Amino acid sequence: MNLPAEQTGDFIPWEDADAKPIIRFQGVTKKFGDFTAIDNLSLDIYEREFFALLGPSGCGKTTLMRMLAGFETPTSGEIMLDGQNIAPVPPNKRPVNMMFQSYALFPHLTLADNIAFGLKRSDMPKSEIAGRVDEMLSLVQLSKFGSRKPHQISGGQRQRVALARALAKSPKLLLLDEPLAALDKKLREETQFELMDIQEKLGTTFVIVTHDQEEAMTVASRVAVMDHGQLVQVATPEQIYEFPNSRYVADFIGDVNLIEGAAKSVTKDAAVISWAEGLPDINAAAPEGLAKGDNCCFAIRPEKVSISAEKPTDAANALPGKVLDIGYLGNMSTYHVELGNGQIIKAQVANQRRLSRRAYTWDDQVWVSFTATAGLVLSA
Amino acid sequence: MSRRFSWFNATSLTLGFVFLYLPILILVAYSFNQSKLVTVWAGFSTKWYGELFQNQAFMDAAIVTLKVAVVSSTIATILGTMAAYVLVRLGRFKGRTLFSGMIYAPLVVPDVIVGLSLLLLFISLGMGRGVTTIVLAHATFSMCYVSVVVSSRLVSFDQSLEEAALDLGCTPWDAFRSVTLPIIAPAVISGWLLAFTLSLDDLVIASFVSGPSATTLPMKIFSQVRLGLSPEINALSTIMIAIVTVGVVSSSLLNKRATVRRLRQEQDALKQS
Ligand SMILES: Nc1ncnc2c1ncn2[C@@H]1O[C@H](COP(=O)(O)OP(=O)(O)O)[C@@H](O)[C@H]1O
Ligand SMILES: [Mg+2]
Repeated sequence: MNLPAEQTGDFIPWEDADAKPIIRFQGVTKKFGDFTAIDNLSLDIYEREFFALLGPSGCGKTTLMRMLAGFETPTSGEIMLDGQNIAPVPPNKRPVNMMFQSYALFPHLTLADNIAFGLKRSDMPKSEIAGRVDEMLSLVQLSKFGSRKPHQISGGQRQRVALARALAKSPKLLLLDEPLAALDKKLREETQFELMDIQEKLGTTFVIVTHDQEEAMTVASRVAVMDHGQLVQVATPEQIYEFPNSRYVADFIGDVNLIEGAAKSVTKDAAVISWAEGLPDINAAAPEGLAKGDNCCFAIRPEKVSISAEKPTDAANALPGKVLDIGYLGNMSTYHVELGNGQIIKAQVANQRRLSRRAYTWDDQVWVSFTATAGLVLSA
Repeated sequence: MSRRFSWFNATSLTLGFVFLYLPILILVAYSFNQSKLVTVWAGFSTKWYGELFQNQAFMDAAIVTLKVAVVSSTIATILGTMAAYVLVRLGRFKGRTLFSGMIYAPLVVPDVIVGLSLLLLFISLGMGRGVTTIVLAHATFSMCYVSVVVSSRLVSFDQSLEEAALDLGCTPWDAFRSVTLPIIAPAVISGWLLAFTLSLDDLVIASFVSGPSATTLPMKIFSQVRLGLSPEINALSTIMIAIVTVGVVSSSLLNKRATVRRLRQEQDALKQS
């Protein structure tokens, strides 16, 4: 299911067998007492990647990141940076910098001194430090604010200072722990694009932690979806969205209709899934390994479901139901259609017309339809 | 919550304060008494203050006291800050509860016991009693107060600041010196002032551990008073009250101002973000 190159750019080192990862987790386990926060995890991250760790709160994202920064040591397994095991290297000796969720700006220092803090402790000559600080301040568009203290600037500006401080030493790897969580939605979206620009400009490898799936999809070259200290799927945002490998990922990323059923017949590339008595079977593409009689789950995104008053004649799948609810989102509307057995299917329709001319309303009898390849059969 | 004025509240407040401060006020007033007789008011005068400064024995005692206070409070501040740091930072280690309990214990153990046990210690170590032993004794008990003040600040200290310092290339000691210490400085200074005043104030422990070569002001006053009250003693006590008051008040102001400023900055931060 590899996507064509134009969708991921030409940057796909993870598909190149010769590429050397900058970070390699090898069977890493981290326990806090009896509690396993990271469970036998293996992962490769490549140079210049913008890699996102995505998962619900408490799944171990921060722990993974803190092991890279050197604040936690793995209970077992190895973490390699540039082919070197970094377990014995203390945080202050790692070519890795971290941007903290709380920003952790030093309140007693000016912004310029905050940014210079790491440089003064590196082997950069004193004479070059001021120039580097100016460069970083202008990178994050705060040139005029160098002499202010952290409490004299806004939250968005603090976020940018934290970024500048973490980037000042030109680390091989930048870790960002929920960097945008404290910003409001609009600022967050702007900052996401700024982050991408900066990452592209500097070519530094970024690893970002987030529990916001939209954020991960927007910024990342690859996304790792985590659950209970394990990786569920690691892939590009497009692959994660279009080809989730499990119910968990499909459900976690974006909105999805999940229909439980069983495979009634399976051929090389088509499966028929029976799922409710008295309702038509679902025709879908067959995934590898699906056998007749298997329990499975059909997943389809709301925007891939069409809605019509008459039964469509050409659709591979058409199911009758009635409109239960309409969610108006401005640019589109989500119709909740209840089928005969009580299953609710969400269909998302772009609002090309004004509201007054909406085609369907509450309690209307409608048909939901989709093609055979619009959805995905998941066995797990 | 309504806090209305009532006669009951007013009376209890007045009685309480009179009970606390009347003796002190009387002492201060009589230090300005013209008469040699402590109990007879004969008009205002500052002559006893003048005579006080002529009294070599008092001046020697004052110098001993200041020396002891400065050195012991400095030792106490260093040790107390270290203890507070470890107890707050190391998280759960074996025996942590025991240690933190033990650090508070000297706050409630009677001075007589502390003095006696230190005396026994010094004797068994074969140490000659004098300024050194008083300094050690004062550092020991005032260190507990310092660690209480400093640890209450450290509890609200954002640990990620230190981690950020390590991340940016500091050794743990450098991180403490250049990030933690400047930020908790108001609490450390206020701990020092507290230790300083406690040392100025102490009679019991100093009496146990001092030898003939070293007499502190409280010891001097106490021995003089047994020979009879004198207006000079009143004057001396008044000066000590003034110093202690300044110490305690500035210690608590320092702490309160730092807290208020921190809260205000946090509020600003919330408003702006
Ligand atoms: N120092 C620690 N001691 C004990 N448990 C911890 C510690 N740090 C993290 N945990 C636990 O490990 C789990 C994962 O934490 P974390 O990595 O912070 O999750 P996330 O960042 O994904 O929300 C949580 O259940 C948390 O309670
Ligand atoms: Mg976290």
